[in-house]
Amino acid sequence: MSTDTDEGLFGDIDLGWEHTKNKLFLGLIFAASMFGVVMLALLLLDVAHTFYVGLTEFNISLVQFFTVDGSRRPELAGFRGAIIASVMLMLFTAILAFFIGLGTAVYLEEYAPDTRITRLLEANLANLAGVPSIVYGLLALAALVNGIGTGPILIAGSVALALLVMPIIIVSSQEALRAVPDSVRNGSYATGATKWQTIKEVVLPAAMPGILTGTILALARAIGETAPLLMVGALFTNRMPFGPLDRFSGMPTQIYGWAAEPSQHFIHLAGVGIVVLLSILLTMNGVAIYLRNKYETEV
Amino acid sequence: MSTQQEDSLITTDVSITDTGRTDQPDTTVVEAQNLDVFYGSDQAIDNVSMEIPEHKVTAMIGPSGCGKSTFLRCINRMNDQIDVCRVEGDITFHGKNVYDNDVDPVALRRKIGMVFQKPNPFPKSIYDNVAYGLRVQGREKEVDLDAEVERALRGAALWDEVNDKLDSSGLDLSGGQQQRLCIARAIAPDPEVILMDEPTSALDPIAAAKIEDLIDDLADEYTVIIVTHNMQQAARISDKTAVFLTGGELVEFGETQRIFEDPEHKQVEDYITGKFG
Repeated sequence: MSTDTDEGLFGDIDLGWEHTKNKLFLGLIFAASMFGVVMLALLLLDVAHTFYVGLTEFNISLVQFFTVDGSRRPELAGFRGAIIASVMLMLFTAILAFFIGLGTAVYLEEYAPDTRITRLLEANLANLAGVPSIVYGLLALAALVNGIGTGPILIAGSVALALLVMPIIIVSSQEALRAVPDSVRNGSYATGATKWQTIKEVVLPAAMPGILTGTILALARAIGETAPLLMVGALFTNRMPFGPLDRFSGMPTQIYGWAAEPSQHFIHLAGVGIVVLLSILLTMNGVAIYLRNKYETEV
Repeated sequence: MSTQQEDSLITTDVSITDTGRTDQPDTTVVEAQNLDVFYGSDQAIDNVSMEIPEHKVTAMIGPSGCGKSTFLRCINRMNDQIDVCRVEGDITFHGKNVYDNDVDPVALRRKIGMVFQKPNPFPKSIYDNVAYGLRVQGREKEVDLDAEVERALRGAALWDEVNDKLDSSGLDLSGGQQQRLCIARAIAPDPEVILMDEPTSALDPIAAAKIEDLIDDLADEYTVIIVTHNMQQAARISDKTAVFLTGGELVEFGETQRIFEDPEHKQVEDYITGKFG
């Protein structure tokens, strides 16, 4: 590159090899960052292919897929029971995790004194977020399914998922509360508001978009979780649950069950199920991103 | 008045405005006696005693870190929000020590409103910002809320600019309008005293001049205690001036005119004439 300029002002400086190293390194880190994108694209292609083959060669009808429950016979099987089960799971998970998680976050951010106990609580939260999901499944199995003897019912799965996502909700709610400026809190106190009035009227409304974003992302994580549901026994159930005390199989466990079948028809049913699950996941993430962008300009 | 303000914005010498209230006899509403305030082991206020008169504007001036804001935040106990803050001595409101155990700081702040340095409207509508105090104080049923909101916005000289958009967010207003909204929020529950902590320092000169005019009007109904960095501002709007100097000591306190024209202490004279601080 700079070989012909020996006579010039900077002729004694040879940077050729240094620039080559720069380019090599840039190529390396670019390849690294593309790795994830390429893998995701390959996965999506594979799923899309299975989906297409399922619809064409195995004549899987989307109408039947959404209106019929699972079955031992692949040509009669649908996804409705699993979708309803997952929606109900999310509902009870949200109720369980949101209020306890938000309460914890409000206590830690607004009330807790800076003591050793508080710091221990915060450190524990970080640890809880790192616990493998199957362990929460085991906990629900030991405490509810076998402990109280509820059997493999839907609410047991919700408890396991709620425990799993609670640390995520707590941490993201804490961040949202911390983002509310103290000047706004002081403005409320100076107007003669109590602490609870300040939190209820000013702090929570200002932090709510962030809290909701975190909650939706946490639920998006929960809806795809398979291991805790397998642990509480959410498998081999085909029919739709009618309440929290029914046996159930959610979308991920239904897909898992189908994918383990020897029949190619079942495997392609699993492919269609994955497309449905991914679509719901991406929609939830999209809503979360939309909420975040919409409100991040305020406050 | 306006010509004097414009003059003083561009010249360095201080012009003193007669506020027309100096002849009235003083009734003390807030009084400090041997007040000490500590942040941890640092002393922010050192043995301050002063009497603040009712229905007048009292200004506190001094260099950064002299304790004038700390003093202000003792009056409505906003210092309670700071864990390491410790107050010794007496600070009384109508003769009652505000740091007595039987004084609820929430109740105290319903009688003593506050406006902060940086405008801090709530992320709510203009109407809800102004109505906030009456609502949290449980008085929205006793009063005509719409009328009270209008009265407060008129009192803060903001009504004409916002009366057609009371439902839009308080955050959409300009900086100067936001600060007047905060003043409206402070006066809506009708407190006796309004504390102002450098209310114009984040504003441009024109917005600041509007707030100054407003403070002059507020003193008819309220006792105003204002902290300011700006000596011209203190001279223009206040009846009494307290000069704090570094270390949290109150060096001199008296009629504004006397403080600026004939200060007793050399340090005060040096500070006012810009030789230090």
